[in-house]
Amino acid sequence: MKNMAEKYTSKYVFPKTANLVLPLLVLLVIGAGTYVPVVVGLGASPENTDVGYQPVQPVPYSHALHVGQLGLDCTYCHTTVDKAAFAAIPPTQTCMNCHTNVRTESPKLAPVRESWQSGKPIEWVKVHDLPDYSYFNHSAHVNKGVSCVSCHGRVDHMGEEGVYQAKNLSMGWCLDCHRNPEQALRPKDQVTNLGWTPDQLKLAEPGTESFQILQEMNLAPNEEITQSKLGEFLKKKYGIRDHHFMTSCSTCHR
Amino acid sequence: MATVYSDPSSVIYREVDNAIEVPGKRAPLVLGGRDFAAVTEVVTDVNLKPAPIGWYIGFGISFLLFLLYVTCVFLLLTTGVGVWGNNQPVAWAFDIINFVFWVGIGHAGTLISAILYLFRQNWRTGINRFAEAMTIFAVVCAGLYPALHVGRVWLAYWLFPIPNQMAMWPQARSPLWWDVFAVSTYATVSLLFWYVGMIPDLATLRDKSKARLAQIAYGIASLGWTGSSRHWQRFERAYLLLAALATPLVLSVHSVVSFDFATSQLPGWHTTILPPYFVAGAIFGGFAMVLVLAIPAREWFGQKDIITMRHLDNCAKIMLATGMIVSYAYCMELFIAYYSGVHYEQSLFKFRALGGPYAWSFWAMMFCNAIVPQVLWVRKWRLNPWILFLVANIANIGMWWERFVIIVTSLNRDFLPGSWGLYWPTPVEIGMFIGSFGLFFTLFLLFCRFLPIVAMAEVKSIMPEAHVHHDEPHKQTYDHRRSDYNPDEVQKH
Repeated sequence: MKNMAEKYTSKYVFPKTANLVLPLLVLLVIGAGTYVPVVVGLGASPENTDVGYQPVQPVPYSHALHVGQLGLDCTYCHTTVDKAAFAAIPPTQTCMNCHTNVRTESPKLAPVRESWQSGKPIEWVKVHDLPDYSYFNHSAHVNKGVSCVSCHGRVDHMGEEGVYQAKNLSMGWCLDCHRNPEQALRPKDQVTNLGWTPDQLKLAEPGTESFQILQEMNLAPNEEITQSKLGEFLKKKYGIRDHHFMTSCSTCHR
Repeated sequence: MATVYSDPSSVIYREVDNAIEVPGKRAPLVLGGRDFAAVTEVVTDVNLKPAPIGWYIGFGISFLLFLLYVTCVFLLLTTGVGVWGNNQPVAWAFDIINFVFWVGIGHAGTLISAILYLFRQNWRTGINRFAEAMTIFAVVCAGLYPALHVGRVWLAYWLFPIPNQMAMWPQARSPLWWDVFAVSTYATVSLLFWYVGMIPDLATLRDKSKARLAQIAYGIASLGWTGSSRHWQRFERAYLLLAALATPLVLSVHSVVSFDFATSQLPGWHTTILPPYFVAGAIFGGFAMVLVLAIPAREWFGQKDIITMRHLDNCAKIMLATGMIVSYAYCMELFIAYYSGVHYEQSLFKFRALGGPYAWSFWAMMFCNAIVPQVLWVRKWRLNPWILFLVANIANIGMWWERFVIIVTSLNRDFLPGSWGLYWPTPVEIGMFIGSFGLFFTLFLLFCRFLPIVAMAEVKSIMPEAHVHHDEPHKQTYDHRRSDYNPDEVQKH
């Protein structure tokens, strides 16, 4: 009865427990203020949405076998990387250069032989797909000493499960390099050598471009070759444009 | 004449002209012999009694215009900014004209609430609440324009420095970006100031309303206000701090808006006079809008004892002063164009005032802002609400033309005669402009219906009853019967 009486005679609209709402609200705002940005930041990050994309390919082609173990050069199949914007996907004929003689009965190669007979190309699934509004040119990068590995990762370690996307390919990631290109430059003859490191420059054989660069850098006898030292040198040698050009909107959005 | 009749049965029934200055005596700011309770009653009646039929008519018209606004925005978003008439060389037109127009209107609210508060101008209490509401609704109307004119509205969040996977950051060297911060800071501080000031009055409404829903709504909004001295002490301190925060905004916001123009290199825009000229114009236009709203509101909502002729008179004087500053700026711009000897500047102002395709708009602006406000020199006209209402409306129209003149006449004649071009608004632009008034008045009428339109608590603080010991300075002014504060007792223990 006492409660009822209080309820109808109280001058307050809300019960006393309403006083708890304010501290709870403060907690909620602080909590949500931390939780929401973290969840959105991690959930929407291309590092989590895009990296690791590995579609099932029509043929279980292993780069690890062909490139890693047998030592095929990237440009044996992707013939246009140094000449065109688009890196060509090899036609069935390229596969058959060898596979008319090697592993002619392998069941894994059945779709290749089928394509060879019917003349219908194999429908490879594109892994590294940039948005249509960004203009990317393979030759511009390959001819200025940017290695395949910078964007595609260690393809020479990717096996029969297929190639996966190793880098996030976001605009911020592109700009990382466009702002500081020296972190990714190497001699042009080492562009397709995915495991290359700057200290291997000293092993360069005479007559190669790497050897010439080593000469031109004019290092002290025991001086270590670091990426930044080499990068700065190559930036000048290859005529890499300044960051105003490299980060201008119209460089990539035409 | 400011003749006010209160209840004839009241003892203090009399006619008072409080616009007269009597040296050594404060003019009363609340008339009609109203005491504290009567002030509460006259203000809360607006919210607690059924709305007059006029409110429904006004709200209906405003809401229809608001729907027009929504329709035009829908057309804009589904089709693209091509539905507007602005194009090279006049790339900015109704969007920015109306943005500057609405932002300018807001300034009177901040000036009244912040600067006049710090200067202890007691008359501000009668009009500050709805002037602040006007500020917020004007900023809403203003802010929508730049957000919509970016074209892809869904990417408008790019204006804010949010870390993103594109590594894109707004261009900090652009005055357009300073604008984003100027206007959003302004909106935030104005909203806070308005709301904090309203808390005691919301509690009054909570206590006076009979409907359960109203009690709950006002109860939540008043944040558990009980009117204890601790609450008052904190309230006063918060209000003072907010006033100090808001004061620089009165000057900064429209200065930054003027930078959109002044930092460019276009003749007609590239002048150092623009920031003070814009601020004065904003206060001029803002006070004009205060009068446009106050004159009918005091009549319809029965607030003539609280928003008295003295209040209107003061607003008119500020309008006259700022109008003169603006007129000076107009003339100085012309003089500097002549005196600079700069060929482009000279020809632009020649086109602007004489012989250009929009010269008539320059003279419309001159007539509305420089000539018409001169009638306010005459006290008799200043104290006539009809004349005041007319002059204020003309000033508002003039301030719109000022922005039109600055933006369109400067853009339409470029350095090269080959790129000259004309601009005319499309129906969508005109619809959006009319519709933005619908949005403004919809919000304003909702405010009038549901929130206290006069700052009751503050009005009471400037009434003579709040200063009963004012004329006896040597007596002790505390009351022994009050239990919450007794300095002598504190000393004894």
